[in-house]
Amino acid sequence: MTLLDQFQLILKSQNWPDWAVYLVPALVGILIIISVVLTVVIVYIWWERRLISRFQIRLGPNRCGPEGIFQPIATAVKILLKEDIVPEKADKLIHFIAPITVFVPILLIFAVVPFGEGAILADLNVGIVYVVAISSISVIGIFMAAWASGNKYSFISGMRSIAQMVSYEIPVVLSIVGIALVAGSFSMLKIVEAQSIPFIILQPLGFLIFFLGSLAEMNRSPFDLLEADSEIVAGYHIEYSGMKFAMFYLGEYGVALAYAGIITTLFLSGWQGPLLPPVIWFLIKVMMVFSVIVWIRSTLPRFRVDQLTAFAWKFMLPLAVINLVLIAIEVLVIPTAMQWIMILVNFGFAAVLILLWSKLFTLGGGRVEV
Amino acid sequence: MPIKTESFYLNVGPQHPSTHGVFRLRLALDGEVVTDVEPIVGYLHRGIEKLAETRTYTQIIPLTDRLDYLASMTDNVAYCVAVEKLAGIKVPERAEYIRIIFSELMRISSHMMAVGFYLNDCGAFFTPVLYMWREREKIIDLFDMVCGQRLLYNYMRVGGVSQDLPDEFMPALKKFIDEMPRYIGEYNQLIKQNEIFLARSKGVGILPKETAINIGASGPVLRASGVKWDLRKMDPYSLYDRFDFDICTGEVGDCYDRYWVRMQEMTQSLRIIEQAMKQMPDKGPVRADVPQFFRPPAGEAYGYIEAPKGNLGFYIVSDGSIAPYRLHIFPPTLINITALRDMVIGWKVADLIIIFGSMDVVLGEIDR
Repeated sequence: MTLLDQFQLILKSQNWPDWAVYLVPALVGILIIISVVLTVVIVYIWWERRLISRFQIRLGPNRCGPEGIFQPIATAVKILLKEDIVPEKADKLIHFIAPITVFVPILLIFAVVPFGEGAILADLNVGIVYVVAISSISVIGIFMAAWASGNKYSFISGMRSIAQMVSYEIPVVLSIVGIALVAGSFSMLKIVEAQSIPFIILQPLGFLIFFLGSLAEMNRSPFDLLEADSEIVAGYHIEYSGMKFAMFYLGEYGVALAYAGIITTLFLSGWQGPLLPPVIWFLIKVMMVFSVIVWIRSTLPRFRVDQLTAFAWKFMLPLAVINLVLIAIEVLVIPTAMQWIMILVNFGFAAVLILLWSKLFTLGGGRVEV
Repeated sequence: MPIKTESFYLNVGPQHPSTHGVFRLRLALDGEVVTDVEPIVGYLHRGIEKLAETRTYTQIIPLTDRLDYLASMTDNVAYCVAVEKLAGIKVPERAEYIRIIFSELMRISSHMMAVGFYLNDCGAFFTPVLYMWREREKIIDLFDMVCGQRLLYNYMRVGGVSQDLPDEFMPALKKFIDEMPRYIGEYNQLIKQNEIFLARSKGVGILPKETAINIGASGPVLRASGVKWDLRKMDPYSLYDRFDFDICTGEVGDCYDRYWVRMQEMTQSLRIIEQAMKQMPDKGPVRADVPQFFRPPAGEAYGYIEAPKGNLGFYIVSDGSIAPYRLHIFPPTLINITALRDMVIGWKVADLIIIFGSMDVVLGEIDR
């Protein structure tokens, strides 16, 4: 029973009309989720800027408020005051809709992210499939923005976005199936409850594939080809300014938060943890995942576009398939009480496979004869 | 029915984060593959050669600072070498040593900027640049201690240097020399084995040995192609014949070799500085007796040195007055980027950026 259901029961016992019993808890829940998400996103932006500056042996923003905590607010005010520029050659309508199309699906993802025990907006029985479905909508938004801007840099970015998303969705989904096999459900709550041992220990290879795949899905380094500022300047949002740009900016961090939440739910046993309340545990784990993402961003150079797709098809897809088959056999053969065998086997397989593939596999590509 | 495709044209620059200044490239693209490229220079033209004709020989030195602004010290040296050749001035020994120490420090600093920004072009989000800046800052502090400037030094003079080293300089330099190998080791540890970095730069943008010689390339770009050519060894100017150091060469001439040659040259520069510190006379004049408005005899001279980016030369024609009749600058990077078209065709846009970055261009020198 989720918190939302309990709220509905309370209203029903107060003899509220049926439509209100249904509508009021939903609206309250949505409001809470959106405000929490946007607040956390702002903390996120601050955290990334502070953390990345530490990796880069500098101080980072430290003037607005203690430790520069109000810097994102100052940035937001600045962005709000900027002129909204629409290029003359742009497709005006699409140019206007694109930021919304990018931002809204990201908010929708949070409907199925469990922040605590029962603290979930919609406990869908296909929760994780819903996430995969919804998150691919923002790709269309990115392509719309890229195409409608009428800019050649953003055009290249749009082409890259399609190649990237098509490639990386498949290994990500395959690694999710591995989770569902062990948990016996697609529901986010059930998946968390199934993790007496976090799935990161049970399925290290699946975690690796999902983590790398989600880095590509959220356009984070080393897969940040869409906005590669040293090549195509800012990619798809090069022609955006003001609040429309802020939508992309928020969306970028929102999707990072969403994927950090999903990784926490799927692999790091969600809200579970001793002593502290569940929500705090959840946020701590999300922050840890996000810090790793920032760490990677400050460390690694970027892939080239052909290497990016080669990495997905030649490296991640075969490993994801092998991982899936392996998990399926293990679920069939090994009894639930003997999960430690599964841990040993999976770690062994992960190490052997990664070493083997790194020898077999080449990124390929190179000079094209013209 | 075959799908109709057409190539499209893209302007990279003059305002672009990775053109290292105001450089413009007109690309013809087939998808992401570069099929043609036309470099367009001249956005930073300041007419330094013409300005020099209306200034005295000493007044030209600050103008040379503005050429390769990441290696102003060596620009100064190259100009002074040319004028000294023209007028037959003998530079005091201590001044020569100071020049050598400063040239090599400048080389380390310039190579660090080149490697840092090369990695930035590869997509590493500013971290390498900021790590490189940490050490470059120390070199700049050393220069600041001597001449009070941090970017455009204006330190060299015709016949020597503008002033002697302060007392605290040598201990600070010693400290830097002792620390630096550890930091170079740290850079190698962080960069050299990185799989993505190797995948991006190995075999990319190969400049064959013959092409490099034919276009007259010089500096690390030439040496990375496997040509053992360094003016410090081949035609030792100043006192470079007194030092023991190696010429670092690459094997194939790809982006990785150009990166690695630069990293090795930093170590060699440290070796030269160490030897120079030992050999340098403790006292003595640092400037030959040259009047402020001196008039070199009518004639012409070409002075050249091995600057961080290659063979930097100054050709001066004098008519016996206080200003040169004509001054021509031979800039290494302009010559080096003439190979750009052969190197980038068939590579992708992302490769174009890093090939261009690996050439280590500074627009102040290309456009003059």
